[in-house]
Amino acid sequence: MLRIEGLTAEIDGKPILQGVDLEVPAGELHAIMGPNGSGKSTLSYVLSGREGYEITGGSVTFNGVDLLAMEPEERAASGVFLAFQYPVELPGVGNANFLRTALNAVRRHRGEPEVDAMQFLKLARVRMKELSMPEDMLKRGVNVGFSGGEKKRNEVLQMALLRPKLAILDETDSGLDIDALKIVADGVNAMRAPDFSALIITHYQRLLDYIVPDRVHVLMAGRIVKSGGPELAHELEAQGYAQVAA
Amino acid sequence: MVAVTETIEAVQSVAEGGYKWGFETDIEMEFAPKGLNEDIVRFISAKKNEPAWLLEWRLKAFAHWKTMVEPEWPAVNYPKIDYQDAYYYAAPKYKVAPKSLDEVDPELLRTYAKLGIPLREQAILAGVEGAGDSPAEGRMPIAVDAVFDSVSVSTSYKERLAKDGIIFCPISEAVQEHPELVRQYLGSVVPPGDNYFAALNSAVFTDGSFVYIPKGVKCPMELSTYFRINAKSTGQFERTLIIADAGSKVSYLEGCTAPMRDENQLHAAVVELVLMDDATIKYSTVQNWYPGDAEGRGGIYNFVTKRAACRGARSKVSWTQVETGSAITWKYPSCILLGDDSVGEFYSVAITNNRQQADTGTKMWHIGARTKSTIVSKGISAGRGQNTYRGLVKISPKAVGARNFTQCDSLLIGDECGAHTVPYIENRCMTAKVEHEATTSRIAEDQLFYCRQRGLTQEEAVGLIVNGFCREVLKELPMEFAVEAQKLLAISLEGSVG
Repeated sequence: MLRIEGLTAEIDGKPILQGVDLEVPAGELHAIMGPNGSGKSTLSYVLSGREGYEITGGSVTFNGVDLLAMEPEERAASGVFLAFQYPVELPGVGNANFLRTALNAVRRHRGEPEVDAMQFLKLARVRMKELSMPEDMLKRGVNVGFSGGEKKRNEVLQMALLRPKLAILDETDSGLDIDALKIVADGVNAMRAPDFSALIITHYQRLLDYIVPDRVHVLMAGRIVKSGGPELAHELEAQGYAQVAA
Repeated sequence: MVAVTETIEAVQSVAEGGYKWGFETDIEMEFAPKGLNEDIVRFISAKKNEPAWLLEWRLKAFAHWKTMVEPEWPAVNYPKIDYQDAYYYAAPKYKVAPKSLDEVDPELLRTYAKLGIPLREQAILAGVEGAGDSPAEGRMPIAVDAVFDSVSVSTSYKERLAKDGIIFCPISEAVQEHPELVRQYLGSVVPPGDNYFAALNSAVFTDGSFVYIPKGVKCPMELSTYFRINAKSTGQFERTLIIADAGSKVSYLEGCTAPMRDENQLHAAVVELVLMDDATIKYSTVQNWYPGDAEGRGGIYNFVTKRAACRGARSKVSWTQVETGSAITWKYPSCILLGDDSVGEFYSVAITNNRQQADTGTKMWHIGARTKSTIVSKGISAGRGQNTYRGLVKISPKAVGARNFTQCDSLLIGDECGAHTVPYIENRCMTAKVEHEATTSRIAEDQLFYCRQRGLTQEEAVGLIVNGFCREVLKELPMEFAVEAQKLLAISLEGSVG
């Protein structure tokens, strides 16, 4: 599914990723943990194609295709989804409009027929119920005036609707209370499928109590320094990054 | 929701070639001699077979115009206009004036078909409701007056509207058929000497629409005028006069386009609205004159005076404008709030891309007690466009309890454009309340990336964000115009990013 080899990247001439090697097979959920400034968010932006990051070496393939050569919207259309750490506000753009426009963009790419407003509402209502989201969130501006928890749930709603092949969750747990955390985790767990993979980026082990990863990787100073099973997350929580990575 | 999809489709069609209304109709035309003098004014008046009082009125306006100087206060730059180097009258040539659409030159009919302007009435209103080929989804038809260069070529639904006592016809026809109304109201809101371009218009106006809504009548359909400039080196000077009698209500739309040419062409219109007690006029404009090319060659100079007089108590006028075209726009649709409790509204979206310049806004003059005005202006600048909001809120001592709310938002795309806000407030009343809010923002990189990460292309993302920015104004437009306007916004911003 996703294969990252020797990936190096910098921002404004400052090296951030310094040789990341990582493989996520189809159907697996991998967690990436690491202290602040280790390059976790940079990795998610480089994978999704944000401007401002210079790739200085290495390669990333997604189902055998060179991911780094694609525009952000092409990556999205071929199934890469980034749940943002800080979801962006789009004033005046109705959430329903936005979601349906995005869904149809992706469906067009997959050669599926576009959904009209009524079909979309039907789809969205089912998913929103699962995420305990009030329906009026469809009418509001995208993320405008949403609480932290609402924004994160809105990200998971988008993921559920767009049905990506690879989801990158960038600190989706930050700013969530325990109830919201469970709802979000349920949303992710419901996506589990043989052709779905996820990279779950987080500071804390807490989220991983609810989304149990197949593998845990420790990212420090722009490199994966240690990999292991779910138990590695507990070790990190108990002993700290410095200890475990040493 | 449909509108968003259509915006996206519009953006996709952009690649096929920008301004799609830029074609020229090859048709035999009759011109007045080039240039501007008293003889030309007499020529136009004679062409229209006008009564002596109107010729006199024109000549006075012309004499006045000669004493005036072109205004220099707007924040727009253009080379000096040579008023002698243009035609002031151009009309399709007919042996006999056409009595019905079937006698109109087919080339003209094709032109309007190409522009998507329905000239033919649909069966549903001709009294055969439920007929098989009724208009799509039972949509209300729109009555259209089509003005081609200097003349009106067709006006639909006149008979149907006449049943309610509504007069909807070219102003040249109103001069013949309803001289008392025209004489009473023409120039009563925008006097001939009001400003340089209004004086010019008063001297040489050729056609435009006339509307009278009788007491207590709610106009059963949207009225609209579609202006088309076609002939080369020709100015268009139309005059629109709408009178809404007590308790009446009307929604009026105007649209406009012109061929793509290297030369600049002048469009100097005057629109006057008169409202009696409890009357309501909703006046919507989608301005899509040719904006010139990316280097600023060609395009229409759009110098327009629009004003409404809310003479009656509780009367209400609402101006909504979407200004996407023209090389230069100079336009301030205004409201004189004379009647107690009268209401004036101004909702505006102005886009300047490439080298376009716009200096637009409104004047709200509160005279009556408890008068209320709302101003919502959205300026979008891209390329090297310059966009100025200029507005005046004036409150007279007698306007006790008057209220105004103004909101001016500017959106910048790229770093070579400009946005300017020039609000004037003159308050002479202690009990009045005036609020003004202004913001300037850019389309943020993170907004674009967020949209693209969800599968939207850069242009789709810009279209979506811009439409969101303009939402408060677009929702004021009649449904079908709103869809059209959203498409236009996207097209106007072609090539502004990436």
